[in-house]
Amino acid sequence: MAGFREARGDLLLESVTKSFGDFTAVDDIDLTVPRGSFFALLGPSGCGKTTTLRMVAGLEQPTTGRVKIGETDLTGSRPYERPVNTVFQSYALFPHLTIRDNVAFGPKRRKDKDAASRAADALELVQMTQFAGRKPAQLSGGQQQRVALARALVNHPEVLLLDEPLGALDLKLRREMQVELKRIQTEVGLTFIHVTHDQEEAMTMADTVAVMNKGRIEQMGAPAALYDLPRTRFVANFLGQANTGEGTIEAVDGDHLVADVFGTKVQILKSRSQVHEGRVLFGVRPEKVTVSRKQPDDVGNDVKGVVRDVSFLGVATSYLVDMPSGATWSCYEQNLDVEPVDLRPGDEVWLTWNPGHAFGVPADA
Amino acid sequence: MSALAQVAGDPAVDPVAPAPETQKRSWTAYLLLLPGVLWLGVFFILPLVQLASVSLQSRYPGFPGYYYRDLNFQNYVSALTDYAPHFARSFLYAGLATLLAFVVAYPLAYAMAFKAGRWRNLMMICVVAPFFTSFILRTFAWSQILADEGWVVRSLDVLHLLPGGQIINTPVAVVAGLTYNFLPFMVLPIYASLERADPRVIEAGGDLYANGFTTFRTVTLPMSMPGVLAGTLLTFIPAAGDFVNMELLGPQRGKMVGNVINDQFLAIPGGYPVAAALSFTLMAAILAMVFLYVRRFGTEELV
Repeated sequence: MAGFREARGDLLLESVTKSFGDFTAVDDIDLTVPRGSFFALLGPSGCGKTTTLRMVAGLEQPTTGRVKIGETDLTGSRPYERPVNTVFQSYALFPHLTIRDNVAFGPKRRKDKDAASRAADALELVQMTQFAGRKPAQLSGGQQQRVALARALVNHPEVLLLDEPLGALDLKLRREMQVELKRIQTEVGLTFIHVTHDQEEAMTMADTVAVMNKGRIEQMGAPAALYDLPRTRFVANFLGQANTGEGTIEAVDGDHLVADVFGTKVQILKSRSQVHEGRVLFGVRPEKVTVSRKQPDDVGNDVKGVVRDVSFLGVATSYLVDMPSGATWSCYEQNLDVEPVDLRPGDEVWLTWNPGHAFGVPADA
Repeated sequence: MSALAQVAGDPAVDPVAPAPETQKRSWTAYLLLLPGVLWLGVFFILPLVQLASVSLQSRYPGFPGYYYRDLNFQNYVSALTDYAPHFARSFLYAGLATLLAFVVAYPLAYAMAFKAGRWRNLMMICVVAPFFTSFILRTFAWSQILADEGWVVRSLDVLHLLPGGQIINTPVAVVAGLTYNFLPFMVLPIYASLERADPRVIEAGGDLYANGFTTFRTVTLPMSMPGVLAGTLLTFIPAAGDFVNMELLGPQRGKMVGNVINDQFLAIPGGYPVAAALSFTLMAAILAMVFLYVRRFGTEELV
């Protein structure tokens, strides 16, 4: 095919910016996605994640910057010239073609003599063989989703782009498809780039997650690392829940920083804080906080609060506790004991945590 | 999303719905249908039956304008044998006009749907604007435009592109008039189906290695087929029965079947039965053609 660019290797975005008039959707992004990895772009709507994806697909061209796969520069090339395929948010199946013809569309355009058998294999992979003769309108959302996946996978693209592919599915189906997608990715070994606003989806599937906000990548890393040690206020709040409080760093005590957060002295490991002086946003994850009626013996890192709400969740109990600072903290206690801690709204409790679990991020960001 | 729509649509056929509810609802349905049914019954079905009866009547010899009830199939024989060339011309001119209208309308509708941006509404107004003046007036305007002294003929003359030296009073003028007059009926349905197409589906064509033209041929055009089908029918059917364009723009000889029906009814004494037979034949022929056409190109399975 004329103009088609064969390319192999990691996906590289180099200082990519995309503006629409005055609005900068993607602001100077540098990104390397290793070949064969499952990569998630996570962010709220309007953060630029879909625009980034569309620039990789060739459906948008960057205002400045380059898009490369390995050594091949794809900037400026048309979508049909790129070894990249997309699973669209609304699936975008061809309504006038059967499922079989939808899946065979790509191979046929590339003059593949085995288009039919490859389409059959791809349908097999997503377990949709028995629907090959139907039209898209005769399938459910989950089935259409599988077909959209097969239609992209059949081409063995160097990079597969998934634009909120599970957004339209109900929770149960979404969970199933998460496992399914991960299985398929492992099986075919292609680079998957998954755009989503669902942090749970990103964390369960991806090897690497990049959190985007306002056109920039706030932080990138393995899901567990991002969750354990967020580096910005945005990441702390967007990825899971975080109990936070703004304070001032007052002293350094060996490996620890001591901060005054609304009159309470809290410790943060130096290595777990992005700032070492001045204002800091202190944070600790809900499941790292212990709720007890009595003040614990080891002094420090404990705060007295008033229980506002108790929700029994089976495996765990979740508490909302009003803090002296005015904030409400969330605590998540596993129900390990037969006799649960019998707390009711209005009870005074002590919250405590291991200082090694706390983190500090810049207060103004 | 289609699953959702199905669920939402289901309660209407819920078998356990309370009976009185259903009864009330069905009465409402009949009540709502009543004006339309009455109107069609009085102004369409009855005249049609009347016309069918006239088409089989015979005239009293020596008394032009008087008929008696009969089963005179000779009217149909004469309609088919005497006026076969007129039928052929009607279908040829209407077919050409439909084809031309399609060729003009598709790019226009495409531009309106995908490229017009903020000009879209203005373009829409321009397409619909001719409806603000009467059909007859517009056709008269074309007789001016295509007149021998008009700028079109003169320009073509200067360029030596007009061997006959005339456009008006030729079949070319008739086809041009038909094309112009029915153009909006072609543009609007095509525009509607293109406008409704999900742009992501068209993008998907590009994403799956189809270049611009291939995407158009394999995705956009097939997706707009319901509009093309509706547009061609809305153009061909009235064009095949039209007589105004031929009357005002066409030659003296070589009329279309619409003109024959018009003349038989209004100008020729005692022409009613033949005119009625011609009308029925035209209707049957168009129905048959439409049926075959829809069978061949029908796209009901499309969303």
